[in-house]
Amino acid sequence: MKTIYLDNNATTKTDEEVVKAMLPYLSENYGNPSSIYKLGRENRKAIEDAREKVANAFNCDSNEIYFTAGGSESDNTIIRGIAYSYKSKGNHIITSKIEHPAVLETCKQLEKEGFEISYVGVDEDGIINLNELKNLIRPTTTLITIMFANNEIGTIQPVKEIGEIAKQNKILFHTDAVQAVGSIKIDVKALNIDALSLSGHKFYGPKGIGALYVKQGVKFDKFINGGHQERNKRAGTENVAGIVGLGKAIELAYEDLEKHNEEIKELRDYYVEQVSKKIPYIKINGSMEKRLPGNSNISFRFIEGESLLLNLDLKGICASSGSACTSGSLDPSHVLLAIGLPHEIAHGSLRISIGKYNTKEEIDYVIDSLVEIVGRLREMSPLWEKFIEEEKK
Amino acid sequence: MEYSQKVIEHYTNPQNVGKIEDASGIGEVGNPVCGDIMKMFIKVENNIIVDVKFKTFGCGAAIATSSISTEMIKGKTLEEALKLKNTDVVNSLGGLPPVKLHCSVLAEEAIHEAIADYYRKEGKLTEEEIKQKCSLKK
Repeated sequence: MKTIYLDNNATTKTDEEVVKAMLPYLSENYGNPSSIYKLGRENRKAIEDAREKVANAFNCDSNEIYFTAGGSESDNTIIRGIAYSYKSKGNHIITSKIEHPAVLETCKQLEKEGFEISYVGVDEDGIINLNELKNLIRPTTTLITIMFANNEIGTIQPVKEIGEIAKQNKILFHTDAVQAVGSIKIDVKALNIDALSLSGHKFYGPKGIGALYVKQGVKFDKFINGGHQERNKRAGTENVAGIVGLGKAIELAYEDLEKHNEEIKELRDYYVEQVSKKIPYIKINGSMEKRLPGNSNISFRFIEGESLLLNLDLKGICASSGSACTSGSLDPSHVLLAIGLPHEIAHGSLRISIGKYNTKEEIDYVIDSLVEIVGRLREMSPLWEKFIEEEKK
Repeated sequence: MEYSQKVIEHYTNPQNVGKIEDASGIGEVGNPVCGDIMKMFIKVENNIIVDVKFKTFGCGAAIATSSISTEMIKGKTLEEALKLKNTDVVNSLGGLPPVKLHCSVLAEEAIHEAIADYYRKEGKLTEEEIKQKCSLKK
């Protein structure tokens, strides 16, 4: 059976060009970048070339880019690093209710360590409330950390406005841009972003590599102690192949950005339109305007998300859900609850995230499969039976 | 998290899905907030469960436990059916992931509720006796 991969917000297929660029650094170019001889120097140059490519994507200087092991490490490093470096100024941090666990759990840990955290809410589209954000600011606030785009519902936040609010109040602004990088053109200067996290595997790069942009002059404590790598901020011999892959992936992503986005958005809109037409009693979660091009998140009422995913899997379709059963807890997704969805509707959510390798044929197959599966699961559902009986009255 | 082959079989091809129009007893447990509802229909003749059907809103494990437990009580006496424990259901499925064990408890409860409903309709036992016999929580 053919695999139809529609979980591109979870990870993406590594681009063949990226793999090609990485291969020499997994074989003949094995030198340590810190070594003085030619084999080492070549590796150093490869790292610095990749750093330049990342910097070009964000309109910043290459010495403002640090390589990490991924988005979670970038988030941990910068949030903790800023919290402790600016502790003499204050101990208050503002974040949002819909952040990725890498940010939320880091903030929770800081709370245990004596920091104070405020969580700004979102509207029914998943857009943060700017007035609430302003009201949460205290003289002791040192950092605002709010994601660029949400991983579950794809909502794009008003980053420029947040950046302005932070600047006016002399507060640092970090954004977890893991989902946005490769889909949105980001100019850190124009948007007043002081720090930004990204992860390679979300835009057809390899896993286990990420980066952190930190504006010149912003202080942050080092995260891993040891050697002097990454300008003495992150010790350990560099993941050269990963760094080269990340550099290639970011270059490719922004080369054809508009073209890819247009094609991806067209497929996504077609999917949402067809599902809305063919399956009754659904709810589209998140804003349709301020949204990542490939993301869709739809709740199918009266059925549960995990059983939907399992049935899609039987047809070779890869997707994800905000149901409790896929989160490992009894509660459904914190993001879907934050936009005001009742538990039972959040349990029935399906995220289909489209990428550059998907085709219209695949989307048609998914739509046909969904019509059949949703129908079958509803026939099996006592909630559906009750609803139909009440409709008849 | 990984499901056993038996669980996969049952959610792929669940047995006894549906409802019994003239059911002798109906048991419904769980709630939509938790993401699991099981509704069990039984047809009883001469103290024997001659037919059983279910409707379930829930995950793959909830569907699989509903399916296999209906198979396990079909043709059994009410007393035998009441002896079915959630652990028996789990064992028959070749195990369940720890976070899914509550689904098997739900199946056991649904059977008990359906049988209690039958006894209530039959009208021979007092509510106290039914609660004890079916080990109902409430």
